[in-house]
Amino acid sequence: MSILEIQGLSKSFGGVQAVKNVSFSLAEGEIVGLIGPNGAGKTTLINLITGVFPVSAGRIVFQSRDVTGQRPFQAARSGLARTFQIVQPFSAMTVLENVVAGALFAGAAPSRAEAEREAMAHLEFAGLAGEARRPAASLTLPSRKRLELAKSLAMKPKVLLLDEVNAGLNSAEIDQALDIIRRISARGITIVIVEHLMKVVLSLSQRIIVLHHGELISAGRSDEVVNDPRVIEAYLGSKFAARYGTARPV
Amino acid sequence: MDYGQVVANGLMIGAVYACIAVGFSLVWGVLNVINMMHGSFIMLGGYLTFFAWLHLKVSPIVSVVPVAAILFVVGYLIQYLMINRVVMQPVLTTLTLTFGLDMILYNFMNLWFTATPRRVVLDLGRLDLGGVILPLDRVVAMGLALLLTGLLYTVMRTSRIGRAIVAVRMDRDAAALMGIRVNKVYAITFGIGALMAGACGALVAVVFPITTSVTGLFLGKAFVICVIGGLGSVPGALVGGLALGLIEAFAGFWFSPQTAILAGFVIMLVLLVVRPTGLVGRRGYE
Amino acid sequence: MKRLPYVAFALWFLLLAAVPFLASNYFVKIATFLAMYAALALSWNFIGGYTGYPSFSTAAFFGLGAYTGALLQNAGLWVGLAWACAAVVTTVFAAVIGFAILRMRGHYFAIGSIALVEALMLVASILADLTGGGEGLNVKIMPGGPDYIGRVFLYTMLGIMLAAFITTVLVDRGRLGFGLRCIQQNEDAADMVGIDTRRYKTAAFALSAVFCGAIGAAYASWVAYISPSDSFSILLTLKVPVMVLLGGPGTIFGPIVGSAAFVMMEETIWSKYLEYHQAVLGLVIVLLIFFLPGGVLRVFRRRAAA
Repeated sequence: MSILEIQGLSKSFGGVQAVKNVSFSLAEGEIVGLIGPNGAGKTTLINLITGVFPVSAGRIVFQSRDVTGQRPFQAARSGLARTFQIVQPFSAMTVLENVVAGALFAGAAPSRAEAEREAMAHLEFAGLAGEARRPAASLTLPSRKRLELAKSLAMKPKVLLLDEVNAGLNSAEIDQALDIIRRISARGITIVIVEHLMKVVLSLSQRIIVLHHGELISAGRSDEVVNDPRVIEAYLGSKFAARYGTARPV
Repeated sequence: MDYGQVVANGLMIGAVYACIAVGFSLVWGVLNVINMMHGSFIMLGGYLTFFAWLHLKVSPIVSVVPVAAILFVVGYLIQYLMINRVVMQPVLTTLTLTFGLDMILYNFMNLWFTATPRRVVLDLGRLDLGGVILPLDRVVAMGLALLLTGLLYTVMRTSRIGRAIVAVRMDRDAAALMGIRVNKVYAITFGIGALMAGACGALVAVVFPITTSVTGLFLGKAFVICVIGGLGSVPGALVGGLALGLIEAFAGFWFSPQTAILAGFVIMLVLLVVRPTGLVGRRGYE
Repeated sequence: MKRLPYVAFALWFLLLAAVPFLASNYFVKIATFLAMYAALALSWNFIGGYTGYPSFSTAAFFGLGAYTGALLQNAGLWVGLAWACAAVVTTVFAAVIGFAILRMRGHYFAIGSIALVEALMLVASILADLTGGGEGLNVKIMPGGPDYIGRVFLYTMLGIMLAAFITTVLVDRGRLGFGLRCIQQNEDAADMVGIDTRRYKTAAFALSAVFCGAIGAAYASWVAYISPSDSFSILLTLKVPVMVLLGGPGTIFGPIVGSAAFVMMEETIWSKYLEYHQAVLGLVIVLLIFFLPGGVLRVFRRRAAA
């Protein structure tokens, strides 16, 4: 049963078509990687799904409801959460308050006190319990990324869209992030992970979707997609694809 | 009075309005500061012109130059010494600061010059173009206003400082990385804003009575013109000024002078909601 | 929860209420202004302090309340009811207009809010048949001697201030206040986290109008004569945010401290420097911007923490 269906989604900004007729569906509980070269339209796609931009054409169906044209707060409340490439905490608030924001509004906690309890639990899950009372602005980058994750978990999402959650992290930090993401998935949350690092994408996702110039050029099991000549051409150019682009075990 | 006259009136006064607004628009577009002293700068220019005319028998057309120079220095110093300290802060802070400075300026202008209306009377006769009457003092004011606006446009496009100002307006940080001394550009821009206000004040003295009570009125017009025409662009201020002149002329003709002013504000509010970039200008800062 | 500020406020309130029995009518008038400006400052705090939107609409709401209250009173409605209706009308106006202008941010919102003041003032002048136009409007004078009237309006203003204060406390501690603070720091992130920013901003804007409208109506009855330029005064609309900036925006007690300090300062300056009083006020504002960016309360908090 697909929890999220994208049907023929397109978006143009003035003369530029950022997303062209993209369709795919997400099964509940999956982890799907969304990859593509820079400028392929991955973040735009996420912005369309979460209602940040209005769509130019197409439909978004979430839990069997047509939610095309919803506003971001509605997406958040219905269970579609996302993280940002460039982390944007509420910098004048404490770490705890940042997560409380997620719990209180999208997470529909009945009271501030309850929201704080939930927030502490999420901070513990993310390994940030010790920083709860510190101002969010004082955190290091990896901690800020974990705060983003904790905040989005507090929103009680059914689908979590992770936009380059590993940008700027070193190898050890990435492994920690991967661990958290696996634990999130273990809770039954469907995850779409936008990533550049192939190691991350391959180790986490069962399926991969590839965007190039706003179009979906390949979708399927990780090992198939990686050897798809169109994908290789998108990343490395046609000459390289011609030479190497036959099915070869990686 | 036929529509030809209304249009002529609107355009004549619109040219002066454009000149009034262009300095304000530049400061807002480049420094992201709303200068609440702008109306007072205009009147200051007007008063200096009036007293030069009254006591020194200097024609306003000649006064434009020294008045402009004096106002430039005043503006430059005010920005350099005071506004520069808060130029990166939110709008409430900068607006309140310029408002406080304006209160000081206004108070002293009231004490030195008194609020009695002063008018420079240049009896130059009138032109009659097929029924449309063009008082020559207004025509001269219009011509000079357009000349000044054109001069500013040329300076902005061709001189080094003009290019630097445009660069800072587009991207402050990139401009700094290019070696442009941003603080100096800010001070010069603010000085230019004051200069244009003062110079147009000299022209306004020919057309309107000069009194401290109308500083707010002119400031309000500058706002409206910026929204109609767009921020930080000279053509935008010209379009906005002429548009406002015409709007006021028609609204005043059909209804009353007060409705004329109201019409300007209503159009501004509508535009703010519908198209804040204005008819010509790029998206201004928020 | 620190009790001290609440206790201090309660004492201040009682002190103001006791003024008629302690001092002359002059001081009763001062106390009334203190209450009035505290209510106006608390009102502005909702949209300007908590939400961070630089609103200059205080005079628009004040004037609208004044004219609505005056017209209803002159039409025969009981004074208290006229004031309540004025508050309702002003709030509805704010909610409707808010829908349009709250879409803008920063400078454009500020300009839009000032334009409201100017536009309403012009409308009041133009509809002269209804409002008396530029010549002003006389309001039915309340029967009773000066002492009695002084007390009535002091307690009215104190009552409105108390209502504004209680609303502030509820907002500050509740969901709305938390949401507004999120909006102030990062409106897009607030949207993403599930806050209906449009609704919250409109609520803040409407709250900022309610008490202003009531104060305006009460003021009209108090002075018994209003005119467009006094009721829609640009000076008022600029003074009130300065009072909150002085005391500390986005806090419960900042507006009260700031407005009290400002009113008392203005009273002293008026009596000493009548001719220069505008310049001195301007100077105070300039110094405030340079030296006290977080308001007086921030200075105290820093000292307490040290």
